[in-house]
Amino acid sequence: MAGCGREDLSTMNPQGPVAEEQFGLMKLSISIMVLVVIVVFALAFYVMVRYRRRPGDKTIPVQVEGNHKLEIIWTVIPIVLLLILGVPTVKSVFGLAKDYTKDPNAVQVIVTAKQYWWEFEYPQYGIKTSQELMIPTGKTVSVQVKSADVIHSFWIPALAGKIDANPGANVNTMYFSADQDGVYLGKCAELCGPSHALMDFKVKSVNQGAFDRWVTAMKEPGKLPADPEIAAVFEKQCLTCHAVGDKGMQLFPNLTGMGDKGTVAGILVNTDDPKYSNEGSTYDNLKRWIEDPQAVKPGNSMPKVDLTPEQIDGIAKYLSEYKLDVEQ
Amino acid sequence: MAHAHPVKRYTGLMDWLTTVDHKKIGILYLIAGGFFFLIGGFEALLIRIQLWKPLNNFVSADTYNELLTMHGTTMIFLAAMPIIFALMNAIVPLQIGARDVAFPFVNALGFWTFLFGGLLLNVSWIAGAVPDAGWTSYLPLADPTYSPGKGVDFYVLGLQIAGIGTLVGGINFLVTIINMRAPGMSFMRMPMFTWSAFITSALILFAFPALTVGLVALMFDRLFSANFFNVSGGGNTVLWEHIFWIFGHPEVYILILPAFGIISEVISTFSRKRLFGYSSMVFATVLIGFLGFMVWAHHMFTVGLGPVANALFSIATMLIAVPTGIKIFNWIFTMWGGSIRFTAANLFAVGFVPTFVMGGVTGVMLAAAPADFQYHDSYFVVAHFHYVIVGGLVLGLFSGLHYWWPKIFGRMLSEGLGKLTFWTFYIGFHLTFFVQHFLGLLGMPRRVYTYLDGLGFNSMNLISTIGAFLMGIGTIIFIINIIVTAAKPKTASNDPWEDGRTLEWSIPSPAPEYNFLQTPLVRGYDALWKEKMDGNTGMSPAEPIGPIHMPSGSILPFIMSFGLFVAGFGFMYANNEWTGFVKEIFASHAVAGLGLGITLTCMIIRSLKDDHGFHIEPEELTKKEVKE
Repeated sequence: MAGCGREDLSTMNPQGPVAEEQFGLMKLSISIMVLVVIVVFALAFYVMVRYRRRPGDKTIPVQVEGNHKLEIIWTVIPIVLLLILGVPTVKSVFGLAKDYTKDPNAVQVIVTAKQYWWEFEYPQYGIKTSQELMIPTGKTVSVQVKSADVIHSFWIPALAGKIDANPGANVNTMYFSADQDGVYLGKCAELCGPSHALMDFKVKSVNQGAFDRWVTAMKEPGKLPADPEIAAVFEKQCLTCHAVGDKGMQLFPNLTGMGDKGTVAGILVNTDDPKYSNEGSTYDNLKRWIEDPQAVKPGNSMPKVDLTPEQIDGIAKYLSEYKLDVEQ
Repeated sequence: MAHAHPVKRYTGLMDWLTTVDHKKIGILYLIAGGFFFLIGGFEALLIRIQLWKPLNNFVSADTYNELLTMHGTTMIFLAAMPIIFALMNAIVPLQIGARDVAFPFVNALGFWTFLFGGLLLNVSWIAGAVPDAGWTSYLPLADPTYSPGKGVDFYVLGLQIAGIGTLVGGINFLVTIINMRAPGMSFMRMPMFTWSAFITSALILFAFPALTVGLVALMFDRLFSANFFNVSGGGNTVLWEHIFWIFGHPEVYILILPAFGIISEVISTFSRKRLFGYSSMVFATVLIGFLGFMVWAHHMFTVGLGPVANALFSIATMLIAVPTGIKIFNWIFTMWGGSIRFTAANLFAVGFVPTFVMGGVTGVMLAAAPADFQYHDSYFVVAHFHYVIVGGLVLGLFSGLHYWWPKIFGRMLSEGLGKLTFWTFYIGFHLTFFVQHFLGLLGMPRRVYTYLDGLGFNSMNLISTIGAFLMGIGTIIFIINIIVTAAKPKTASNDPWEDGRTLEWSIPSPAPEYNFLQTPLVRGYDALWKEKMDGNTGMSPAEPIGPIHMPSGSILPFIMSFGLFVAGFGFMYANNEWTGFVKEIFASHAVAGLGLGITLTCMIIRSLKDDHGFHIEPEELTKKEVKE
């Protein structure tokens, strides 16, 4: 399936039942439409070649007014084709609108979109995380999506189509699940300001055991930097907006377990083998982000904090080593 | 009652500023629309340069959002609509055997309000505060909290003023087509282009007021702190989406129906054959126009309207494929058995058919709501609507311009350059947009100023950018063609394509200011063709030669629109950060008041001053005829 794009991103490589169902409808409609296109193209090219005007041709063709039989044919056939497409469409519209928000067996997540990051709250467990939505593989995840500022749209192409994050009371619900463990790329799909293009997130699907360990670890008291000087700076400069465990404020992305995350700020990919300009080690990415957040993500709310290079080093090192180690 | 009035007949620049002649207004629309088309195209090229490689730094994120907003807004409102109006003005009165539109003064007013509205919108580039919330200007992104500058104000007021022009233009054409048809030109004998202009005008009449209301509400939110769309004040942002698309979807058909009309005329003429299934074409056009109002929420499948709304709007949207399919097959069967001549105009027309089918089938795919959850706001949608608007409308406009150029200017465009325009533009178009379907399916959202490396988007974006430049080259060749042609003498005959079927080909090219020396008597569909087949050299007249009543020119439409331009500026900058006297006159709404005052004064003058126009006497008419 290499032609169908990345397994963690492409709509044509569905990794869960919802995306699978949507892909099925896409395949059905594409098949019907390819048929239509082939018929029309064939007719059009045949006509253009067959009835081209030869040089010096002065004849007047027969002036045909119309043909009822033909006209009925090309009215009825499209209606039949539309029925073939319309019936499964309606069925799927209602199927995908199923409400799992009251289902105790589903993982409930309240998604709040903000310029330009995502907050994920688990009301069943009383925890909040950001940028990486942790889900247990195979289990239905029921999301309620809203926005804290402008309209965003919550989209995980490989797992499920999108739903808008509206401000105010227009909260939307959707469900999905992942068939296999893995990390799936999520995107904001509604223009929301300068950094709309960079408002990426991840969905990390892990086995039930790891998920439970993660929930437990998220509830543990936050660990502060070992170096008391860095810890003081961190508390004063970072925890006024961010949180680790039970410490700090939950206004902006929760930093608990930063060392486990796949990206910094959603787009600086953490890897030990950087290939592209948006890749680096977790430590390097954190440093790059803290040094100049506006250069990474224009228009976001994080200011250039008043820190010395040593303090940035210390904080980046501490955060990159802050791991929950839930995947054993 | 042919007594002469002492009437000033202007020449030179004043002639163009005061003209109420539909043919000259058509040319003005063409020049202004063409100018904005070049601006919008330039913005598109900047967008494609930014996206040619991942993480490019050609323009900043802010500038990119300004470019995408202005590209969309300019192309829809200031390029596509005016060029459609250019052709409607230039051709519709000729096709129905009329001497002008019903309200020539209002026609001029429509043009000037459009132009000043468009200029106001584009002045934003100079003012350094450019709209950047998308051509849809969704709230809250476009509200004063998230778009604090003047950018979105330019969008609101520019479109509001330009919208007046479109609305009065639409009303004018409705009245013209209903009331001013020549004797014998019944509705079911009207040429297809006139029919499409008629339905488009009806759509304008019902759709544009929705935009006007929405823009007024948005203007109140932005300028006077109202709360229509302010969530914390009890407003609702989904309301704006509904209002915008109740206008926005019919707008798509306002754009495409005239193209359908052009294609019908061109294919029929160059196949030397009557349009196949004329009455079903008319019926399909009416039906598309009607259904066009029933499907707006398919732009909002992901907004969360619930399964009932999504299911209904899915099915309603799919239904539009049926009348559209009828049209496609009718065009193909018009060519069937014909004698097809591939002029540049006809290349654009036959190129339109398969291209539009591709845009149409992706439209049906988008109509399936659950699948749309994946397509929506991805590059798949970008590909779809460019296939419909560029592959449909713009190819149609190119076709119409090549076809009617001799009737408008009296000169034939170069066929060689025209064909070169077609091939570069056509190939460039498919290169640009075909791959974008796949970019969307692979997970690339639209309206992104950049994309990360390693996602598999790189090569297709590069292809797309190359294609865009090819389209740019095609456009430049077209401009060269215009310049080369303008230097040639006016030698086009009445019927330069020799197979003309409709009334406009029965009169000189370009048409004299009174169009028809004698109003023609229409004896059937394809009026001129019928006379030709009956062995007549031209139309039989329905009246003797007599004095022709003409409306006199007026500078008032120009000044009236200028007043609105000043008022728009005044309201926008009533809240400003300047100091001293300039701040005061804006803050006290003196500038806004002055602008409105100019407009109102012109309206009073127009209402109180009688202007009966003038007559062209038979002696002058026959003298001209002899000279030509």
